[in-house]
Amino acid sequence: MNDFTSTIRAGLAKRYARERRFRLYGVVSLSISFLFLLVLLFTIFSKGLPAFQQTYVKLDVTLDEKLLGINRDSTEDEMYSAKYSKVIKKSLQEMFPGVEGRKQKRALKNLVSKSAAYDLRDKVIANPELLGSQQTYWFLAKDDVDVFMKGKIDRALPEEDRRIKDYQLEWIDKLSAQNRLEKRFNTVLFTAGDSREPEQAGLKGAIMGSVFTMLVTLLLSFPIAVAAAAYLEEFAPRNNRWVDIIEININNLAAVPSIVFGLLGLAVYINFFGIPRSTPLIGGLVLTLMTLPTIIIASRASIKSVPPSIKQAAIGLGASRMQVLFQHTLPLAMPGILTGTIIGMAQALGETAPLLMIGMVAFVAEVPNGVFDPATVMPVQIYLWSDSPERAFTERTSAAIMVLLGFLVLMNLFAIILRKKFERRW
Amino acid sequence: MPLNIILVTLFALLLFGYFVGRKRSLAISTLNKGQRNLHSLPAYYGYMVAMWAGIPAVLILMLWTAFNSSIVTSMTVATLPESMQSLPADELGLTINEIKNLAQANLFNEDTDPVKRDAAQHYQRLQSISTRAKTVVVFIAALLGMMLAMRLIKPELRARNMVETVMRWGMILCAFIAVLSTVGIVFSVLLESVRFFGAVPPADFLFGTTWSPQTAIRPDQVGGSGSFGAIPLFVGTLLISAIALVIAVPLGLMSAIYLSEYASPIARSFAKPTLEILAGIPTVVYGFFAALTVAPFIRNIGENIGLNVASESALAAGIVMGIMIIPFVSSLSDDVISAVPQAMRDASYGMGATHSETIRQVVIPAALPGVVGGILLAASRAIGETMIVVMAAGLSANLTINPLEAVTTVTVQIVTLLTGDQEFDSPKTLAAFALALGLFVITLLLNIIALHIIRKYREQYE
Repeated sequence: MNDFTSTIRAGLAKRYARERRFRLYGVVSLSISFLFLLVLLFTIFSKGLPAFQQTYVKLDVTLDEKLLGINRDSTEDEMYSAKYSKVIKKSLQEMFPGVEGRKQKRALKNLVSKSAAYDLRDKVIANPELLGSQQTYWFLAKDDVDVFMKGKIDRALPEEDRRIKDYQLEWIDKLSAQNRLEKRFNTVLFTAGDSREPEQAGLKGAIMGSVFTMLVTLLLSFPIAVAAAAYLEEFAPRNNRWVDIIEININNLAAVPSIVFGLLGLAVYINFFGIPRSTPLIGGLVLTLMTLPTIIIASRASIKSVPPSIKQAAIGLGASRMQVLFQHTLPLAMPGILTGTIIGMAQALGETAPLLMIGMVAFVAEVPNGVFDPATVMPVQIYLWSDSPERAFTERTSAAIMVLLGFLVLMNLFAIILRKKFERRW
Repeated sequence: MPLNIILVTLFALLLFGYFVGRKRSLAISTLNKGQRNLHSLPAYYGYMVAMWAGIPAVLILMLWTAFNSSIVTSMTVATLPESMQSLPADELGLTINEIKNLAQANLFNEDTDPVKRDAAQHYQRLQSISTRAKTVVVFIAALLGMMLAMRLIKPELRARNMVETVMRWGMILCAFIAVLSTVGIVFSVLLESVRFFGAVPPADFLFGTTWSPQTAIRPDQVGGSGSFGAIPLFVGTLLISAIALVIAVPLGLMSAIYLSEYASPIARSFAKPTLEILAGIPTVVYGFFAALTVAPFIRNIGENIGLNVASESALAAGIVMGIMIIPFVSSLSDDVISAVPQAMRDASYGMGATHSETIRQVVIPAALPGVVGGILLAASRAIGETMIVVMAAGLSANLTINPLEAVTTVTVQIVTLLTGDQEFDSPKTLAAFALALGLFVITLLLNIIALHIIRKYREQYE
């Protein structure tokens, strides 16, 4: 054995140890990223899952004609404006006699949601025969009761630190002892628009707003992006200054901070062209500019991968270049283009910042019916709810995030299936 | 007619144009031994007719709709009495809004100012005239175009070439939209910034160290006259971005190295998409997570070891932002590491180097320019990121580099200045555009440098 090998041998153990450590660093950094993803998803899901259930209260209400001031022959308008909350209040007072003081009386009324009166109104208008009879209905409970029922308020805390006071606890205990409190699937979350009252707030408005916004985005960005990509790949002259400028601009647009697009929307679309703010139309217009680069880049890659032999064969048979594009290249490139489009749309669906600039943060309780109605979108709804101080909104924010993530997962899954099923390698 | 009905009718008209054009081409051509003497396929004559009908009509419709409101407004303003017209711009704007609202709601009672009522009624009249005129002009244009095209149809007309030329120009226009939107961004941001710098000297903005954009609404009001020193905002942005990069660069780079050099193909095919999920999560979700979970967690740790941590500390926002940009760093580094030629690795192994020695002394130095480019791209992403900082960072400008304190960023200030009550001409709202200009310039520069480095690097091995 000569000197060199022995020197190398001596250091070998150390070098192997270093090798193992280096490998470990890689595993550790991957694990940290995964751990973070897990913690994030776990936090959101554990916070959000309870929101899919909602507490309901069973009340025996006497639809007293005198108290309501209407009878079976009243017109619908009169029935509409009667004070149904009085009936509910009375029913609660009968159940818990001897409640004194303004504060406690108000607390008693606040066991059930304000929407209970509207529920009752709709029932009476649908069936005026109910007037004068006693009925048993399940009503939405107030958010505080709901939060308590889900175990988010600790009984052991001193009374002054609790949102639910001792007398309220007594009522709730009595109600649950009589089986008058029940948790059910939260349909309100999917059937109602936004509301200031957590128990009445739903996602439908935001979901519809997102749908309309995405529709505008898709209808604008898909044709424009495909046309641009096809031009740049198939027709654009090489080494042309204008073509270079276009390519540089597409790359730069992909890197412009999203909030700057919002400012563009504010200054150009709203203040110059006078497009109404807060509408899915303007949201879609702004998001179109943001998704264009994504779809263009994906479409170009897809168009480029179509083998030239197919195009040449078509040209050889006398097709014009435009015919080659529309009859051969684009159909063959379509799976890739669609995958890119879906990914671009998924990005647009999660985008929030530019929409804040163009008035989509407004509080909109109505569910939008078209692209000209004021609306908000899901990520903005998440932002709005996360800003609300009520405890019950935290839970709803997480639930809204779960719904949004669900949509994103579906879209990405669709893109993956599309790619797996139709992608061809030549 | 409302816009959507005009569009639907126009579409039906184009369809009709297509069919009559096609029919006509068949009618005028003659069959000769089973071959038509037409230059193009019959469908192209149909397309041509539809284009002649559609393009001018749609152009008129677009221009009319775009400029309608400003023209009608200025015509309404022209009828207002002199005294009202000479009001300062913002008061005039308010009056115009009031008139428009009146016209929209169509509610006039005795309380309304007669001048405004007259103006609103005039506005309504103009609007309805404009809508009617628009409908008529658009359809006349469509029909004229259609008739003209029908007369053009002859067997030797090169319909396909015409259609294809128009389509080609359409495609060029689509490609040009990217340029138009860049121009739009630069113009909108620059114009408003110039107005802002008319009110606030650029030196105050660039070098001032106090940021309190609250300006007095009334002249007699006590309160700040507003100071617009942007240094604290840019320092805050850099602080949070730096924290993000400190998290993201080592984690992302090591993940990329492990995935491209060590991991088995199966592990890679699972780990890579999982890492990409981090990039697919909407930023508003990260913001919620940062504000609700990470910030209190850091504060608790700080309290336990006796540190005073702000509840909206830069650290929380920075860490979460760092996690968000891990996939950017890792996928870009992965690309450049894979681009290093295998021959270089083999040469290193041949000299007796271990795997990690090869990576550290051969692969990484060779890939360094690309990695640096990727990091710059990630940095530009972090600087422009909005939702995480809006939800988890502070609102008050605080010139500090202590990561445990609350700082605010450029994007946060843009959002707070432009949401809520808006008066478009005050320096307060205009300041948002000046900030956006700064943001745009910085990210653009970072991107240009990064792309340049990456391209240079790629060329080296291709």
